[in-house]
Amino acid sequence: MRPFQYMRPEGLDHAGQLLRDGARPIAGGTNLLDLMKLEVEAPDRLVDINRLPLGGIAPTDDGGVRIGALVTNSACAADLQIRRDYPVLARAILAGATFQLRNMATTGGNLCQRTRCYYFTNIDQPCNKRQPGSGCGAIGGHNRIHAILGASDACIATYPGDMAVALAALHADVEIERPDGTSRTVPVRTFHRLPGDTPDLDNVLEAGEVITAVILPPPAGGTQLYRKVRDRSSYAFALVSVAAVVRMDGDTIGSAALAFGGLAHKPWHDPRVEQLLAGQRPSDALFHQAADLLLEDAEGQGENDFKIPLTRRTLLASLREATGGAA
Amino acid sequence: MQLTINGTAHEFTGDPRTSLLDFLRDGCGLTGTKKGCDHGQCGACTVLVNGQRVNSCLTLAIMQDGHAVTTIEGIGTPDALDPLQAAFVRHDGYQCGYCTPGQICSAKGMLAEAANGWASFVSDNLEGQVELSAEEIRERMSGNLCRCGAYSNIVDAITEAMQAEKVGAA
Ligand SMILES: Cc1cc2nc3c(=O)[nH]c(=O)nc-3n(C[C@H](O)[C@H](O)[C@H](O)COP(=O)(O)OP(=O)(O)OC[C@H]3O[C@@H](n4cnc5c(N)ncnc54)[C@H](O)[C@@H]3O)c2cc1C
Ligand code: SF4
Ligand code: FES
Ligand code: FES
Repeated sequence: MRPFQYMRPEGLDHAGQLLRDGARPIAGGTNLLDLMKLEVEAPDRLVDINRLPLGGIAPTDDGGVRIGALVTNSACAADLQIRRDYPVLARAILAGATFQLRNMATTGGNLCQRTRCYYFTNIDQPCNKRQPGSGCGAIGGHNRIHAILGASDACIATYPGDMAVALAALHADVEIERPDGTSRTVPVRTFHRLPGDTPDLDNVLEAGEVITAVILPPPAGGTQLYRKVRDRSSYAFALVSVAAVVRMDGDTIGSAALAFGGLAHKPWHDPRVEQLLAGQRPSDALFHQAADLLLEDAEGQGENDFKIPLTRRTLLASLREATGGAA
Repeated sequence: MQLTINGTAHEFTGDPRTSLLDFLRDGCGLTGTKKGCDHGQCGACTVLVNGQRVNSCLTLAIMQDGHAVTTIEGIGTPDALDPLQAAFVRHDGYQCGYCTPGQICSAKGMLAEAANGWASFVSDNLEGQVELSAEEIRERMSGNLCRCGAYSNIVDAITEAMQAEKVGAA
């Protein structure tokens, strides 16, 4: 690990100043320290934000819930209101990592976790995300865990997390504080970026910005589920995952909010698919149409070709379950 | 900066790069906590911080300022084993023993989580009371790998220790 200066900010303003000057925030440390040991990350100053007042889960004025950026993944999944009103979020968190890791991992850090691409985490390999311009080792190389949607010629990495996929299905917002003390909110659905020509940028955070909370809208109700397919049944990242919030209206689908993990550089969502399903009677024919639309532009890279049929099957299984089992 | 380890105050003045794991082993001579992967992937380094199990390889000692750490050295003694330790011995819950301190600390943390009603990935009901079936234990202990494959005996040991505790409490 490269040497760094360890700093504790006096408050959020101070943290913002330090970060604007190029320092890096550390929360749970479970991703950043891992990558610092590999020298994939080498910040020269580390700002320990753990003593800032960014904790707590509290109701919002409009009937939603505000989850502080430092709330651990364990605490979020254990919160009674989250379990009752936002079960897809609790389920997605419980599907990720382990209890030990979730006891440290935070809401803000989880959103900002970096890709698990093998070339990104190996400093002897070319990687445009780690070192812009050095090339992409995964294109034409080992790419079993890589993207089938939204990739670019520069980068085919996936966003690896589970929690954010549920947040995307729930239409949650990310609350961000700027270094000048003002704040902005960004929908989780647009917080992560596609790689394009600048794969070094994972998300829309700008220099000096800190995530202060995630805001959930009022409970959506309906049937909520998180289906994760992985190489072993515990303690593994998703190959493909689906977060679904489906409301039935009699025997038709009232609305279906869907988000997908493991497919792209961000939790994937496709409003066309959601529109196609709304107002329709559930059937396998309909679900196949939804999968056709979702996967219209899907492109395998070789080792990850299997993700295309796997996504179809995972979507079908999720929709059958969420709509009460269409044949 | 200071942290409490197994009830004793320890001063930390080292390089900020020092992980909690390295501080425990090299700075405090508490070598019961093991280093397997150093990347959060094996659980050998599991300790309790303020009562919660964590991977001590993925946190810095300096970040734990003011916190209370419990390692395997703080759980039971050779003459008075913790019920979990005794059950591991009875059930051959280990072969080489390398993963065992992490397994025991992890199991301690798991029992507290279950008592608090925390659900897991395999729980049917997110809100109900937690019954630690073998399936639940396997899922909740999946962060602790055992290269010797003592898994089934580990599950048996934990199950027995848990039942003994219940009987003791009743
Ligand atoms: C072995 C292993 C298995 C895992 N399996 C899974 C899995 O199956 N599913 C899954 O979803 N995750 C998994 N994870 C990843 C884990 O969920 C993340 O490491 C964790 O959520 C990151 O949170 P943290 O608080 O520890 O972040 P940190 O490591 O502290 O920070 C991560 C990044 O976020 C930035 N950051 C932190 N807080 C803020 C903030 N408030 N504002 C702005 N930037 C911030 C940091 O600068 C850093 O770049 C796994 C991790 C490991 C080690
Ligand atoms: S896929 Fe992206 S992260 Fe992986 S090697 Fe290519 S540029 Fe780097
Ligand atoms: S040494 Fe910490 S998890 Fe392996
Ligand atoms: S007993 Fe040898 S690794 Fe578990």
